[in-house]
Amino acid sequence: MEKKRTSLVAWGALLIGMLYMGIPLVATLIFSVSSKLHSVTAPTPISFSAYATIFNDPKFGAGLWFSLGAGLLTILISTVLLVPLIYWVQLRMPYLRSVIEFMTLLPIVIPAIVLVFGLLGQYRGTFLTNSDSGLYVLLTGSYVIIAFPYTYRPINTAFQAINVKVLTEAAQSLGSGWFTIIVRVILPNVWTGVLNAAFITLAIALGEFTISNALAQNTFSMYLFYMETKIYEPVAFTVVAFILTWFFIVVLQQVTKRPAQRATRERSAQLIGGAIGLPSASESE
Amino acid sequence: MAFLELTNLRKQFGSSWAVDTFNLNIDQGEFISFLGPSGCGKTTTLRMVAGFEKPTSGQIVIYGTDVTNAPANKRKIGMVFQSYALFPNMTVAENIQFGLKVAGQSREVMQQRVTEMLELIHLPETAKRYPHQLSGGQQQRVALARALAFEPQVLLLDEPLSALDAKIRVTLRQEIRSIQRKLGITAIYVTHDQEEALSISDRVVVMNKGKAEQIGTPTQIYNTPQTQFVASFVGTLNVLQAKMVDLANKVLAVDDQHVRVEQITIPVNGKPVSMALRPEAITLHRQSANGKTIPPDSNALQGTVEDVNFLGSVVRIRIRLRDQVVNADSFNNPHAELPAYGEAVTLSFPSEACRVIG
Amino acid sequence: MPILPFFAFILAFLLLPTLAIFRGALLDDHNQLTAQYMLKLLSAPYISPYISTIEISIITAVAGGLLGFFMAWAITLGGLPGSVRNATLSFCGVASNFAGLPLAFALAATLGRNSLLVDALSSIGINLYPDFSIYSVIGVCLAYTFFQIPFMVLIMTPALDGLRVEWREAAFNLGANQSQYWRFVTLPILAPSLLSAFALLFANSFGAFATAAILIGAGPGSLIIVSIAVSREFSSDITTNPHQGYALAVGMVIIVLVTIILYSITRARAERWRPRGT
Repeated sequence: MEKKRTSLVAWGALLIGMLYMGIPLVATLIFSVSSKLHSVTAPTPISFSAYATIFNDPKFGAGLWFSLGAGLLTILISTVLLVPLIYWVQLRMPYLRSVIEFMTLLPIVIPAIVLVFGLLGQYRGTFLTNSDSGLYVLLTGSYVIIAFPYTYRPINTAFQAINVKVLTEAAQSLGSGWFTIIVRVILPNVWTGVLNAAFITLAIALGEFTISNALAQNTFSMYLFYMETKIYEPVAFTVVAFILTWFFIVVLQQVTKRPAQRATRERSAQLIGGAIGLPSASESE
Repeated sequence: MAFLELTNLRKQFGSSWAVDTFNLNIDQGEFISFLGPSGCGKTTTLRMVAGFEKPTSGQIVIYGTDVTNAPANKRKIGMVFQSYALFPNMTVAENIQFGLKVAGQSREVMQQRVTEMLELIHLPETAKRYPHQLSGGQQQRVALARALAFEPQVLLLDEPLSALDAKIRVTLRQEIRSIQRKLGITAIYVTHDQEEALSISDRVVVMNKGKAEQIGTPTQIYNTPQTQFVASFVGTLNVLQAKMVDLANKVLAVDDQHVRVEQITIPVNGKPVSMALRPEAITLHRQSANGKTIPPDSNALQGTVEDVNFLGSVVRIRIRLRDQVVNADSFNNPHAELPAYGEAVTLSFPSEACRVIG
Repeated sequence: MPILPFFAFILAFLLLPTLAIFRGALLDDHNQLTAQYMLKLLSAPYISPYISTIEISIITAVAGGLLGFFMAWAITLGGLPGSVRNATLSFCGVASNFAGLPLAFALAATLGRNSLLVDALSSIGINLYPDFSIYSVIGVCLAYTFFQIPFMVLIMTPALDGLRVEWREAAFNLGANQSQYWRFVTLPILAPSLLSAFALLFANSFGAFATAAILIGAGPGSLIIVSIAVSREFSSDITTNPHQGYALAVGMVIIVLVTIILYSITRARAERWRPRGT
């Protein structure tokens, strides 16, 4: 009796939220396939011309590859920085754990808009701000920083699922040096965490605008920015951007989960929430 | 009229019956245990009494009032959960007085009751502490106090001691029983530990697969089990397979030896039967010269010692007959020598000690 | 040793730039310590973007927070099937990433002058334009709420999962009704998470740039959002004084810091009953 009533209210609550988010997405989709101005009373035929325009534009592909490339570089750097770090902290310096976790909050305190001008100010007059490749370095560097909360969490979670001490001692007893241990013993075991982090980073890189704009780099979203005056193309682009984001965050994540880790009710929330780096808010004791 | 009447209670989950036609009348002040293995329906039945599960059919009547469809928060029934379920954001005192608080009692009344309860559970100094600062046993006592503070009609306990150490379980169960006696409150206690159930209950309901197999006092349940399930679940009864050899003289064949029984509780029709034999009724005779002599009217079985288990106050010796094994319990006697593995021994027991049960 | 590269990176790409911001805000062209740029923030025209951005951040944090909370409640305790929960969480994972430029265009396609919704509403007699425009503060609020909702869902779902069934049963057993259970048990237990969530949502909105830049970036009312004001201060041809820009940036950092401090204090109080280390 009570369950039934709650269920109804629950569906209602869910529906309201989904409508709020769903209506813009649906409207965007419809708008993107309208070649003439859309009117409810005089529906227009579906046309994918806007999509054709952007796909045929070489700048679209250029922007996409640029951002993906920056994203890949970012994940590479993040992995090289974070995996040894978390490994070492878990193995030898557990007291640093809270320091590091505090640092995952810093990109929230120093938003991208502040960070980028800080970078430009700090490195004014150096090759970093004077050359295109220098600016690219700043771009990638700042991507690593802003992605940090979202890359740290899944990698850290993966580390917590393995016993670092035991693996290290076993490897050492078999004669491995540090490099071998990290690359051939530890890394394969936290691989899913790294992949998780990778997909989130790619999604972030694709959508990032603030830094790209300030550093005048030709990223994916800058392409969108410079076509502002057209009507349908930006909207088609938006649909493409959403699909790509959905692809990275949902599809690839699902595919790369090991069968044993297929999401149960609780893990699904943790993985997704953790994957976008939210502070763990679990209340169970 | 009994204080608590459960009539024809049935509960269906999907296509299976978790509880099937459960009937029980409980008097005021009685301490009843529901005993059985996991999945037997004991917890489901308890939860129906508490109001957390709605019976598929049947009736629950407390002191004349039909509460079958009453919401859980209107039944005035106190419940103690296996996981204690203390509210983590409240102190011990706040937890205990919760039932009074939601009923709108004044601060003085609540304070008074909390002090009383803390005295009752012997934890007066913990009032301002939070649950996570207490040990498991302490938390369970606070949970008990919380369930009793608002003076419920019935107290329900759902495997309250399962999460605790063995030693604490023994002391705590006695404490629970003495508090229940002192307050005179009717209680239903769910457990899968037969020692727990037997030691503190007025009556025990042994359940299996949703049905009540036997309802009786602990002595009845242990000494005169009505079904094979009860016999094997409760206590360490030996249940031996036997064949009827001579119905008139009540003689059975156990493996290749003969045994006389007194009680045959079921009709015998030539099929193999189960014979129950209490381990503490068996006397062990060794081949040595100063072994006890076998009383003339007793049954006697020959076997070899397969295992000797020293359990403290009891020594349990497992003897192999031809195909089956028998456990014999005797009190620990520091002066007696334990038999050796593989030794040939004779078991003797009176014919009243064994029964055909199924 | 393996921790050095990480800290060096943080130093180079986070700490030094932050120091540069503070330096630029507090030192004048002759490298003398001065408070002039920071003090200018307290008066027009700089004080108003702060006030309005704080207002917008609070509004969207509350709106997104409430809607998100009810959604999270719906999929955890609301008795909905597990498949619905998983699908919702996946969707929220994507939707919370859907910020920035694409979000602005999506909202323009929804409520812009020639959009679907505006057309639909005018066909039943409700004419939003010309009084309403998506390219306004309201548009920014609507846009920010769009990604605050899924954020909130993702934060609160684990917290709501952590509410043990036994607590609810114990509360009911002791005679509490639904509202008493929420007041005395659920909300106090959820309080730390709710505070975290609110602080995060606030900081998120406060620091956001891209969406607002598109929706109101060029217009006369664009100095409503602090991040846009910062950007303009640095890229404007009129002013060659970057110090003010740095000061504005420092102002942003200070506000978020204050938020975090306030949140920490309040959360510590709300968490008194928790064991250390959780």
